[in-house]
Amino acid sequence: MIGKKDLEHMAWLSRLELSGEDKERYTPKLNSVLDYFSELDEIDTDGIEPAYHVLPVSNVFREDEVSVPTCSLSQEEALSNSPKKQDGFFKAPRMM
Amino acid sequence: MWAGINELMERIHASSSEEVVSEYFERIESSKLNAFITLSKESALLRAREIDSKAHDGSLAGIPVAIKDNISTKGTLTTCGSRILTGYVPPYDAHVIEKLKGAGAVIIGKTNMDEFAMGTSTETSFFGAARNPWDLERVPGGSSGGSAAAVAGGEVPIALGSDTGGSVRCPASFCGVVGLKPTYGVVSRYGLVSYANSLEQIGPFATNVRDVAALFDVIAGYDARDSTSVQREMNYSSELRNEVSGLRIGIPEEYFGEGTDENVEKAVRNGIHTLEDLGADLAEVKMPHTKYALSAYYIIAMSEASSNLARFDGMRYGLRTDDSDWHTTFSQVRAAGFGDEVKRRILLGTYALSAGYHDKYYLKALRVRTLIKQDFERAFRDVDVLITPTMPYPAFRLGEKIDDPLSLYLADVDTVPINLAGVPSISVPCGFSQGLPIGMQIIGRHFDEAAILRAAYTFEENTDFHTRRPGGI
Amino acid sequence: MYENPDGVMIGLEVHVQLNKLKTKIFCGCATDYHKDPPNSHVCPVCLGLPGSLPVINKKAVEAAIKVGLALNCRIEEYTQFYRKNYYYPDLPKGFQISQYDFPIASKGQIIIEGEDGELIVRITRAHLEEDPGRLVHEGTIDRSKYTLIDYNRSGMALLEIVSDPDLRSPKEARRYLDKLRNILEYLDVFDGDLEGALRVDANISIMGGQRAEIKNISSHKGAERALLFEIVRQKNVVRRGGVVVQETRHFDEAREITLSMRTKEEAHDYRYFPEPDLMPLKVSGWAPEIKETLPELPDARRMRFIKQYGITDDQAKSLTGELVWADYYEQVLKIYENEYGEKLDPKFAAAWINDYLKGEMNYRGSTLTYAVGKVSHHLIWHEYTVAILGLLKHEKITDDNAVIIFRNLLDSPRGGSDWRPVKKAADSAENYVMRILEEKGLLKVEGDIVETAAFEAINENPQAVADYKAGKEKALNSLVGAVMKKTKGGADARKVREILLVKLG
Ligand SMILES: [Mg+2]
Ligand SMILES: [Zn+2]
Repeated sequence: MIGKKDLEHMAWLSRLELSGEDKERYTPKLNSVLDYFSELDEIDTDGIEPAYHVLPVSNVFREDEVSVPTCSLSQEEALSNSPKKQDGFFKAPRMM
Repeated sequence: MWAGINELMERIHASSSEEVVSEYFERIESSKLNAFITLSKESALLRAREIDSKAHDGSLAGIPVAIKDNISTKGTLTTCGSRILTGYVPPYDAHVIEKLKGAGAVIIGKTNMDEFAMGTSTETSFFGAARNPWDLERVPGGSSGGSAAAVAGGEVPIALGSDTGGSVRCPASFCGVVGLKPTYGVVSRYGLVSYANSLEQIGPFATNVRDVAALFDVIAGYDARDSTSVQREMNYSSELRNEVSGLRIGIPEEYFGEGTDENVEKAVRNGIHTLEDLGADLAEVKMPHTKYALSAYYIIAMSEASSNLARFDGMRYGLRTDDSDWHTTFSQVRAAGFGDEVKRRILLGTYALSAGYHDKYYLKALRVRTLIKQDFERAFRDVDVLITPTMPYPAFRLGEKIDDPLSLYLADVDTVPINLAGVPSISVPCGFSQGLPIGMQIIGRHFDEAAILRAAYTFEENTDFHTRRPGGI
Repeated sequence: MYENPDGVMIGLEVHVQLNKLKTKIFCGCATDYHKDPPNSHVCPVCLGLPGSLPVINKKAVEAAIKVGLALNCRIEEYTQFYRKNYYYPDLPKGFQISQYDFPIASKGQIIIEGEDGELIVRITRAHLEEDPGRLVHEGTIDRSKYTLIDYNRSGMALLEIVSDPDLRSPKEARRYLDKLRNILEYLDVFDGDLEGALRVDANISIMGGQRAEIKNISSHKGAERALLFEIVRQKNVVRRGGVVVQETRHFDEAREITLSMRTKEEAHDYRYFPEPDLMPLKVSGWAPEIKETLPELPDARRMRFIKQYGITDDQAKSLTGELVWADYYEQVLKIYENEYGEKLDPKFAAAWINDYLKGEMNYRGSTLTYAVGKVSHHLIWHEYTVAILGLLKHEKITDDNAVIIFRNLLDSPRGGSDWRPVKKAADSAENYVMRILEEKGLLKVEGDIVETAAFEAINENPQAVADYKAGKEKALNSLVGAVMKKTKGGADARKVREILLVKLG
C-alpha cells in the first residue's frame, strides 16, 4: 500500500508537484490498482527468465559514420522549440 | 464518403486529389467527433496540387491520411494530446511519415488521442474527448480514438494509430472499422513518441482489410534508426485471398470469460463459425496465464512510461512555467503539463521500479511476460491463428469509467496479452449490439501478418458488417 | 612502508570521452564540436526529442573492449544498456543510458607508482554510457541566476572506469589518473587534450568514516587539489568532534574548495531497468581478435626501452609516460638511421630528447603534440631534431649552439619568425638547419678563425693575460669566454683553451 510518505517520495522522484488535494484523490486510486496487481503474487515464477525484449535479437549496431544531413539539426532548428534560450544556449533555471 | 482507396484513386484520376482532399476537409469542418487536434489544410492542399501536377506517383498518390498525434511530423504540431507539449513542432519526420510521403499520401491532420496514449476512451486528451460516430454520447475507444472515429465517420479513408496494449484494436472495435497491430519490430517506431517502448507498434486503420493492407505495405519495413526494427521484405496486399480452407483456428476460452458481454461473445463465435463454414478447422487452445496479462502489462507499461515521460521538463520544448530553482521548476512544469491519468501512471511506474519494489512488481511482471509468451508459442504449435473478442463489450458512455482507472484498465483484458507477446493482431467488425459495432480479434504468429490479413479478408468478403455506416453524424 | 596516517581511502570514477570516435555513441552526430557554437552538433536523438531512438555505435563497443583488455579486465559475455533515471538540466531525456548489471568489462587492475613502490589498483568495472550536455553558469554554480545548456557534448561516448578504494593519498590518485590517461592514449581511443575529455568523481573517506563523493573534477591536478582540500575538511570535522556525513560535494575549480550539494533532495533512486530501445550485446567473442590488435602498453614499452636502448629507468619512465614522447624518441632513432646509414647512440638521443628537450617544453608549458603532431608546419619536426643531433654527432656544431637552435625553434612565434623551419622542396633538413646556422653565424668555428679570435682576445685583454701569467689560473676562463663570444659560441671551448695555452706559452 502507498502511504502519504511513499506518494510524496514517488512525486519527488518523478518531479511532480502534488497538492494536498491531489494526494487525497490519488492515494485510493493508486492503491486499488496496486491491490489488483498483487494477484501476480499467486504465480510461481521461480526460474523463469524475465522477458526484457520480445524478440531474440542481439548485437544491433550502427557504423561509426557521421550522418549529416539525415541526422543533424542546425542550431536554429535545435532551439526552435525552446521556451527560453540565450546566445545559442537553452536557458534553464538556477541550480541552487 | 467512406470510399476505399481504389475508388478514391479512380476519382483522383478523374478529377484531382485537391478536389478529393477538399471534400474531406469540408466534412471534418462540420464534424461533431472532435477526431482531430490539428488540421493541416493549407499544407495538405498544397501537397495535393503538387501530386496532381505530377503523374500521381506512388501507391497512395493523392490519398488523404490522418496521423495519430503522437507520431512526429516535421513542421506540424505534435501534442500527444497533452498540454505539456504546447507548441511543440518536431524538426523531423517519423519513419512512417517519410514512407507515407514517399508513397504520395496527403497528410490532412493529427488525430485526437488519450494523453500520451494512456487510455481506452480518448477521454484523457487535453483537447477534449473524441466521440464515437455510432453514438456521440459514447467513447470511440482509445487511445487512437481520433484516428478510428475519423475513419468510421468518413472524415478520412485511412489513418495511423499506435497500439501499446490495444490502442489501435480497441477503437477499431468500438468504431466498427479495421485496425491492425503489427508484429513488434515490423514498423519502425522512429518518431513515435514512446509510451511503452517494448510493447508498442504503429498500426493502420481503414474501413476494410484491403486498405489496411495497402497502408501497412507502405509503413512496414526495416529502419536502421530503430534498433528493434527487423529486416523482412513482404508485400501484404498480394497475400490477400478469399480462402481459409485448412486454416487452423484456435479458440482460447480464457478470452470469453467473466465480464464479456453476451452479444459480443455471440457475435465473435458466429464469426468463428463463418470461417469454419468456409473451410477453416477449429480447435480449443489453453492459454492459462491470460488472467495475469493485465497486471503484467500495466506494470511494464507504467514502468517504461515513467522513464519515457521524464524528458518533458520544459527546458527544450513544450510548456514552461515560471522559473525558480530547477527542482521546483521541473516539478511545476510537469504538474501543470500532465493530466491526472498520466500522473497516476508515472507515479505507479516510478513505484514499480523503485528500490524495494522493483523485484515485486517490475521484475515479476517481466517473468509473467515470459509465461504469457510461452502460452502463445505453445498455442501456435497447434493452430495458425487465434480468434477472440477484441473488446469484452461495445463502446461505453463518455464519463462512465473515467473516474475509476481500474475499471478502465480492465477493458483492455483481451488486447494486452498480444502486446506482451509481440505477435500481430487485427480487429475486424463482426456484429452489432444495440447499434454499436463489435470487433473480432484475429491473432497470428510473429511475422505472420499474412495469415491474419487473409483470414480477416476472407471474413470480410463473406459478411457485410464492414459495409454498415453510422447514421446521423 | 607507507603508513597512511589518516586512513585515507580513495576510489575514483573516471569518465573518459571516447573522443577519437567519429560519431557519438547513439547517433550519427560528429564529435568534433569543440570549436563550434553551442547546440550546433545535435540531432533528435542526442537532444532527446520525443520519438527519437538510440542505435549503438559499433566502434564505441570495440573501444570499450580494447580499454577493458588493456586494464586487465574480463569482458562480459552478455551485456546490455540500462536506463539510469534521474533528473538534471544537462540530461535531455531525464535518464542516462548507461550500464548496470553486466558492465562490459570488470575485475581488472593496473600498477602505479605508489607512495612506497608499486601499487596495484583494482579496477572494479568499466562501462559505456552517454555523456550529458554541458552546463554553463554565470559566475559560480551556487550564485548563478540561471543555467545555460549546450547539448553538443550530449551523447558523446563515455567510458566510466571505476576503481576500488585502493588509493591512499591525493598523490596516488593523481598518478593513477596519469597512468590511466597514458594507457588510453596508447590505445588510440582518447585525446586527453580536448576540453572535457576526462572528468573525475572521487570518493574519499578518512579513518573508516563515511565517504564524500566529489563531483566536477576535470583535471589531474584538480583531483589532487580537491582531495587535499577534502582530507583537511574531513579531519577538521572529526577534530571538532563532528561526524563526516555521506554526501555529494561539488569541486569549485577556481576556488579549489568543495561545496556541499545537499538540497532538500532525498537519496537517489535511479530505478535502473534495461533500455527497451536497445538490444543486448553478446560481444565477448570479439575480445581475442581485439586483444591481438592491442598496441604495446606503457609498462611493456618502458621495460623494452631500458633493455633495448640501455637508457636509465627514469628516462624510460619519462619517455613512455607520454605516448607522443615515446613515439618521438623512437622515430628520431629510426629516421636518423635511415638518413645517415648508421645508428644514433640511443643514450645520446635520450639525453637530448628526454633530459633536455622535454624539460625545455615543460618549462614553456608547451606539449610535443602541439609542437609536432598537430601543426605540421610548426616548430620542431622529427627530421630537424635528427639533423641537429646529426650535426652534433659529427661535431659540426657545439652543444651550446644546439641549445640555441632548439630554444629559438621553441620560442619562435607561430607563423612569424625567420626561425620557423619552413622546408623548401629538395632541401634536406640538414641543409636547412645548416643554412639557418650560417645565416645566424652559429656554425662551428675552427682553424684560422679561432686562431685569429684567440690572438685578438689576448691583445684586447692585457690584464687577464697578466693575471694568468702571475699564476691566476682562473684568468684563463675569461679569455676563453672572450674567444667564445667572438665566435658566437661556434668554437669548441676545449680546443680554444688548448690554443690559448699554446699562445700564452
Ligand atoms: Mg556514470
Ligand atoms: Zn545526435
